[in-house]
Amino acid sequence: MAVAASRRGISSRARENLAGWLFVAPVVVILSVFMLLPILMALWVSMTDWNGQGSPFKASVPFVGAENYTRLFTEDGLTRQDFMTSLRNNVYYVIIVVPCQTLLALGLAMIVNNRLLRGKSFFRAAFFFPSVTSSVAISVVFLFVFANSGAVNSLLSVFGIDGPQWFSDSRGTLHLLLSGLGLVDVDAPPAALLATGPFGLSWWDWLSGPSVAMTTIIMLVVWTTSGTFMLMFLAALQDIPVTLEEAAKLDGAGNRGVFRYVTLPMLKPTLFLVLTLGLISTWQVFDQIYVMSQGNPAKTTLTPAFLSYQTAFRSFEYGSGTAISFVLFAIIVVLTLIQRWVMRDRKV
Amino acid sequence: MARDNTGGRTLASRFLGYSVLIFFALVFLYPFVIQIGNSFKTEPDAAANPLSPIPDPISTGGYERVFIDTDLPLWLGNSLVITIVVTLGRLLLDSMAGYALARLRFRGRAGLFSAILAIMAVPGVVLFIPKFLVLNQVGIYNSYTALILPVIVDAAGVFIMKQFFESIPVSVEEAARIDGAGVFRTFWSVVLPMARPALITLTIISFQGTWNEFPHSLVAVQNPALFTLPRGLADLVSGSLGVGTQYPLKLGAALLATIPVAVIFVIFQRYFVRGANEGSDKG
Repeated sequence: MAVAASRRGISSRARENLAGWLFVAPVVVILSVFMLLPILMALWVSMTDWNGQGSPFKASVPFVGAENYTRLFTEDGLTRQDFMTSLRNNVYYVIIVVPCQTLLALGLAMIVNNRLLRGKSFFRAAFFFPSVTSSVAISVVFLFVFANSGAVNSLLSVFGIDGPQWFSDSRGTLHLLLSGLGLVDVDAPPAALLATGPFGLSWWDWLSGPSVAMTTIIMLVVWTTSGTFMLMFLAALQDIPVTLEEAAKLDGAGNRGVFRYVTLPMLKPTLFLVLTLGLISTWQVFDQIYVMSQGNPAKTTLTPAFLSYQTAFRSFEYGSGTAISFVLFAIIVVLTLIQRWVMRDRKV
Repeated sequence: MARDNTGGRTLASRFLGYSVLIFFALVFLYPFVIQIGNSFKTEPDAAANPLSPIPDPISTGGYERVFIDTDLPLWLGNSLVITIVVTLGRLLLDSMAGYALARLRFRGRAGLFSAILAIMAVPGVVLFIPKFLVLNQVGIYNSYTALILPVIVDAAGVFIMKQFFESIPVSVEEAARIDGAGVFRTFWSVVLPMARPALITLTIISFQGTWNEFPHSLVAVQNPALFTLPRGLADLVSGSLGVGTQYPLKLGAALLATIPVAVIFVIFQRYFVRGANEGSDKG
């Protein structure tokens, strides 16, 4: 009897084991074939000079080892120059987009959460709507809005401002700012900055700031992403017990004090989450670049993601393009780890 | 006197609050108003008065040309078929996997779940070339299969379903099991009907994601007959149109691509909200 029971037990456990694997089988197969396997294949391709013809695993495909990677960092040439330019562009993009979208999202969430105001759900929907639309479709709209004779420039002309030719203006905004302050002359930059600089770009080029063209993409992305992050802040704000804020007020805290000492600490986990998600997604900007600028003008909207696409699918240098995407992968992983580490530090 | 003072302050802060809200509502919605208005303009009118939402004269020329001069009907059909197939596939496969990970005890479950979390963290942009390599190698590059199969399951959907199944009580399933129902039968006729809210959320996220998906179609197909709406639209903008800016046409085409998601957004807004916040849980 005991034997029979235990045998039945084993068989039912075996059955559950089988059922479990059958249930996850489609997901396991598809994720392995289209996520894991591609990464392994790409690791191999990044060490070859495959040009897209035939299979990358044929013996005739030249193996180059780590050369595709080292060329990005150590060899003086167009490849490194383009890669470093794309890094510079993306860094400026990240350090403007991430704080702007976080602050805007937090601000909007605080206002929408205000108990005294009505029509909350309408405003919440209005701010969130751009986030759910197609990145390509919305890029088309922004192409029109920022066109030379577009809505933004005609709005600016109402105030007597002559708007720039947004998408063909490659001037760096930091350069413009510095020359506006009278510190440098854009047409004759200081020779000391022009002569040297790390990784094949002069200091002057590194210090360009985002180009005018890039600022349009920055505005578009801040505009489309803030809504989602606002919802996250809103959910967190609604989780804060009202009694907590009231207690603080009874203790004599003003609105600012309540925000500083009650609301903000409670929002910290969400704040870190939003920053992490923002940091990860801003390093991946692609759709908007593809539709709006293709890396132009003068490569000032080139990003590593777009450069890797362009190198592989337009110049047919698959090895080099793949190497760029792995370096980008590494950048994102390292930044995420740093942020996790900072987070853990704060929690303890 | 003190009361008057706070009353005045409340009024002032309310006024300020509404001003800010209305200002930002304009910032977030006016581009769409401009888009709709200008899509009904003639080209010279759109160039001369881009800021005005009112077309003068009203012209449907842009839309006529969208349907005559471009392949938009074809893209629309492709997008529709792909979105429906992918969404149905994800509903079934993600919920099966989510259920197994939440409820069934099988060897390697914990490891598999960690692997799925790890896959969710892989940045999609890094996979462009790798995906092309595998589609090319397997021999399905440039086909409907290439557009559908790689995205028919998604790790995030599995995660959402697992979280949901863990939140519902196990007693109902146990009752069904005691009545002699097998695992699949229990899943199909007892568990899935209870999962309606999660399934609706998954449907919405998956519909919106697949309908808007651009880079996957960029690396999966090359043949214009297989273009989806975002792909076709991107092609249109990058100059396959020839002369002139043709903004009314482009804006009209972009609007047609936006309408389905907009309609679903208006109807199912709370599920979008839930989806956005579920996305935040996985972080």
